[in-house]
Amino acid sequence: MSSLVVESAGLLSTVQDLGRPGFGSEGISASGAADPVALRLGNLLVENEPGAAGLELTLVGGSFRFPDGAIVALTGADLGAAVNGRPLEVWTSHTLEPGTRLEFGATKNFARGYLTVAGGIQVDSFLGSASTHVLSGLGGFEGRALRKGDRLRIGKPARKTRKRRVTQAALYALKPRKILRVTEGPQAEWFSEQVKQVFYRDMFRVSEASDRVGLRLEGTALTCNATKEMITEGVSLGAVQVTPSGQPIILFVEQQTSGGYPKIANIIGADLHRIGQLRPRVEIRFQRTSLAVAQSLWMEQERLLNTPEQLFE
Amino acid sequence: MQFRAASDQAILVYLGEEIGQAAHERVVKLLRMLQQEPPRWIRNVQPAYCSLLVNFDLSLADHAEVEETIRSYEQRAEKQRAPKTRTIEIPVCYGGEFGTDLEEVAAAHGLKPEKVIELHSSETYRAYFLGFAPGFAYLGEVPAAIATPRLSSPRKRVLAGSVGIAGRQTAVYPMTTPGGWRVLGRTPLRVFHADRKPMGLITIGDRVRFRPISGEVFEKLENA
Repeated sequence: MSSLVVESAGLLSTVQDLGRPGFGSEGISASGAADPVALRLGNLLVENEPGAAGLELTLVGGSFRFPDGAIVALTGADLGAAVNGRPLEVWTSHTLEPGTRLEFGATKNFARGYLTVAGGIQVDSFLGSASTHVLSGLGGFEGRALRKGDRLRIGKPARKTRKRRVTQAALYALKPRKILRVTEGPQAEWFSEQVKQVFYRDMFRVSEASDRVGLRLEGTALTCNATKEMITEGVSLGAVQVTPSGQPIILFVEQQTSGGYPKIANIIGADLHRIGQLRPRVEIRFQRTSLAVAQSLWMEQERLLNTPEQLFE
Repeated sequence: MQFRAASDQAILVYLGEEIGQAAHERVVKLLRMLQQEPPRWIRNVQPAYCSLLVNFDLSLADHAEVEETIRSYEQRAEKQRAPKTRTIEIPVCYGGEFGTDLEEVAAAHGLKPEKVIELHSSETYRAYFLGFAPGFAYLGEVPAAIATPRLSSPRKRVLAGSVGIAGRQTAVYPMTTPGGWRVLGRTPLRVFHADRKPMGLITIGDRVRFRPISGEVFEKLENA
């Protein structure tokens, strides 16, 4: 069976698929790719199922050797992938000869790049998913981020692949944004109109302490005029909760499944993948939308992602 | 029963307004029903003290349809008898290196550490729900005489098996994670097994008791 050898791991490289939703009652959050759209496109570029497992590379990629060669695709952030010093284009599939070493560097634009391989990365499935839950050490490759010397198995490609590239029109429609669209959170009325105005007007800076569990934001403190004590409840992916210090946290793929902080807003489904491309120190803003608009944006995005002729050249 | 949109693809179902047996039994009954007859649009259910968060597949349903179905489930769930409960006993070695906050909690209430141990281990707790981390069960209620707020700044590492309290809640940390609960002791039992079914030692609705053990018994059980 062909394999991929980790020669250097980069900052945080993990095996990810589309996650394992459905285990909230066990206290397990879904995990999965931080930018699931990039992972799906990467898989489609190499003729995999959209939810096959690939590698998620964070800010600085590593270096990977393919002893038996492979057909791969690069999607998401541009981490300066190169073979023998020759740069490889992102959003495109590439054929690697046996013995090729694929090297990545620091990101040139966004937070996470995806490396998908025809046949998919093969790891033991945990609760039906290959994705790594880094915080709790579950799933993925030995429940952890990749290290130098790890050898990952590559599955047998299902179909013959030909060179493919994502269209400019699709990239434009799916591009990362710093203005994240939100719907009102379940405790939105715990915040005064004035505080909400600040929330929807000011820029917030993504803190260095952000990870797959949550993005900590820095900005004007948001005060909550709670009249009653919040009872801990389930929290959804992309919830914007406000801590007692007044700083918001966006709950992300490895989130805690329940929480006791009031939630002022929730990132819309169509923008969840965009959270995964926010680098530390970038400034973001929130834009309010209605549930109906949010839902039609998501439907539209799903339609695009399910229409290969619009996605690929 | 009240509904509130949590996101464009999730809805919060509130079944009460205070922590206690009444709301919790409704939560457990509705959860069981949603698990036994999962609607085709259901993606995830997260129970808590008085509520359920339901994530749905937007390509199959919207908030109105989800709400309508849950109303009909709840009507049927109400008629069901309370599910059977089991009682789980968890051995705990209190104090010393295992329970680094025991002395402080005792001092805060003007009690001897032995009294804190006695009070913590005299109660039969209800497992309200699992949350925070895989297998982490929120147990209540801790006797008011030893209720202590969580640390103002959480620790980076609380070791697996640690038994902590926060307000009137208590819990066993299933894995080593950051945490802000006051640690009274540690259990030698493994509370979460990724490759076992069920994965967690404690599930929602269980009754839990803590049994004080010595350091020697801890070692024996740990190596068993």
